[in-house]
Amino acid sequence: MASFRSLPKAHNNALGEEVAAVAEFDSVGLRYGTGAEVLRDLDFRLRTGAFYFLTGPSGAGKTSLLKLLYLAQRPTRGRIRLFGEELSEAPREALPPFRRRIGVVFQDFRLVRHLSAFDNVALPLRVAGVKEEEVEGPVREMLAWVGLADRASARPPTLSGGEQQRVAIARAVINRPELLVADEPTGNVDAEMANRLMGLFTALNRLGTTVVVATHDMGLITATPGAQLIRLENGTLDDPTGALKNPPRPPRSAS
Amino acid sequence: MFQWFFVSPAERRLLGASSRRAPTPWVIAIMSFTIMLIAATGLALANTAHVLSRGIQSRYALESPGGGTNIQRLVATLRSTDGISAVSAVPEAEMRRTLEKWLGPEAQSTELPVPALINFDAAPRANLNALEERARAIAPGSRVIAQKESVAPLLQSLNLLQIVSLGLVFLLSAAAAAAVVLAARGALDSHRFTIEVMHGVGATDLQVTHLFQRKIAIDACIGSVAGGAAAALVLLLLAGGAAFAGELTGGATLGLGDLIILAMLPLLLTVLATWVGRVAVLRALREAL
Repeated sequence: MASFRSLPKAHNNALGEEVAAVAEFDSVGLRYGTGAEVLRDLDFRLRTGAFYFLTGPSGAGKTSLLKLLYLAQRPTRGRIRLFGEELSEAPREALPPFRRRIGVVFQDFRLVRHLSAFDNVALPLRVAGVKEEEVEGPVREMLAWVGLADRASARPPTLSGGEQQRVAIARAVINRPELLVADEPTGNVDAEMANRLMGLFTALNRLGTTVVVATHDMGLITATPGAQLIRLENGTLDDPTGALKNPPRPPRSAS
Repeated sequence: MFQWFFVSPAERRLLGASSRRAPTPWVIAIMSFTIMLIAATGLALANTAHVLSRGIQSRYALESPGGGTNIQRLVATLRSTDGISAVSAVPEAEMRRTLEKWLGPEAQSTELPVPALINFDAAPRANLNALEERARAIAPGSRVIAQKESVAPLLQSLNLLQIVSLGLVFLLSAAAAAAVVLAARGALDSHRFTIEVMHGVGATDLQVTHLFQRKIAIDACIGSVAGGAAAALVLLLLAGGAAFAGELTGGATLGLGDLIILAMLPLLLTVLATWVGRVAVLRALREAL
C-alpha cells in the first residue's frame, strides 16, 4: 500500500471538529469513452457510520456514482478517497483489499449462475481467505436470515427474482462490510421482505457500516429515520444545505 | 510454489463444468505427439551422423588407375607403412558388380578399365603424402582418398536435418503455446462474468489466475502425456526397423540419454503451457479495472 498516497482517515468540519469520512469526492467527473460527462463536479463526503439514500431521476447517474463508490470505475477527473486513501489513480493491484471492505448489492443481482446460493453467498469469505470450516456457519446463518435456508443448494436460474435479490444481499453483507452500497435493493421483493432487508441494512448501520442505497422508493426513505438524502440531477449533486460537503458532527462523547 | 494447484473444491466450482469441453488437451496431445516424433528423428539422425563420422574418420582408400596389375605390391607397401592398418583390397569382381548398377552389363567387359581400390585405416601419425608418393612410384596416377570427404555431403545433410528437427520442435512448441494463449483467452471470455463478480468482491488477479492456471496445467498435462504415450507407442512399433537401420549405420539407435530427453518433453511442454497460460491470463486481467 506504500505505492500511493496515504491520507488521514478523519477531516475537520466547518467548526474545526474532526469528522471521519468513509468516502470523499473532490471535483469528480466521469465520462464513458468520448461521450459527454455523466457525472460532473461531484464534491462531497460520506460520514463513517451514516445512512444515505441516493435518489434522482432515471439517467441522473446514480449507478455511475455507485460504481465509483465500489471501485468498479475510475473517475475521469477529480479525486476519490475511500477509507482515507486516495484511490483515483491507485494501481489496480491495490484495489482488492478496499473492495473487500465494501459490500455491493447490484440492481441485476450479479449472481454466478453455475454456483449454488450457498457458494454465491460464501464467495466474499472465500476470496478473503476465510478457512472453509469457518465459512459454513455464517453463510447458513445469513441464508436463514434472508429466508433462504432451504434454498442453499439452489442455483440462481431456479430462484425467483426476489430470492435472487436476497442471495445478492446476503453476499453483500456476509463479511460485515464497512461500506454497503445497494442499487435498488428492494426493487424485486415484496413489501414485507423490503422491510426486513431495510431492517438488516439499518442493523448493519447501527454496527458502524456506512450504507448508501440508491432507490426511487420514497416510502423506504421516509421509513428510515436519520438517513440523509443525496440527490443527483443530470450528473450533478443537489446539495442545497451543504450537509454532504460538511457532514454534521458526530455526537459528542461523555468525556 | 505449487499452492495454486491445490485449490479447494469450492474454488474449483467457480469455473463450472462447461470448461471441461475445451479442445486444449487434444491440441496439446497432437503437438506433444508430433514434437516427440520429430525430436526422436532428430536424435536418431544425430546418432547416425556421429556413428558414421566416427567410423570413417580414419578410413581411407588408395585408388590406382592401373587396375589389379600392381595390387599386391601396393597392398604390401601399405602394410609395411607405419600407422596403417586394416588393409583390404576390393576385389575387381565386386567393383564391376557395383559399376553394373550404373553401366549395365557393359561393366563386366574386360575392355572397360576398372581402377584398383584398397581400403585402409590410417592413424594420425601416418604420413599419407609419403605413402601416396610411394604408391605413385609403383602405379603412376595412384591417389589416397579420405572417405570422410566422400560422405561429407551426406553428413552435412544429416546435420541440416537435425537443425530442421530442432527448429520444428521449437515451432511446434510455439504453436502449442499459441494454442494455450487462445484457449486461455477463450476461457477468460466465457467466464468474464464470474471474473467480474470475483473482482467485485475483492479477488486479486493472482487468485483468479490460479483457477485458470490449474485448469490449463491439467489440460496440458493430460494432452502432453497422451500425445507422448502415443508417440512412444509409434516409436516402439518402429523399433524393429530402427534396429535394422541402426545395424546398417553401425548401431546408431536411440540411447538411454535420448530416451530420457524424449521422456522429459511432455513434462517440458506441460510446464511451458502452464507458464504461458498464466502470463496470458494475468495480461488479459490487467485490461480490466
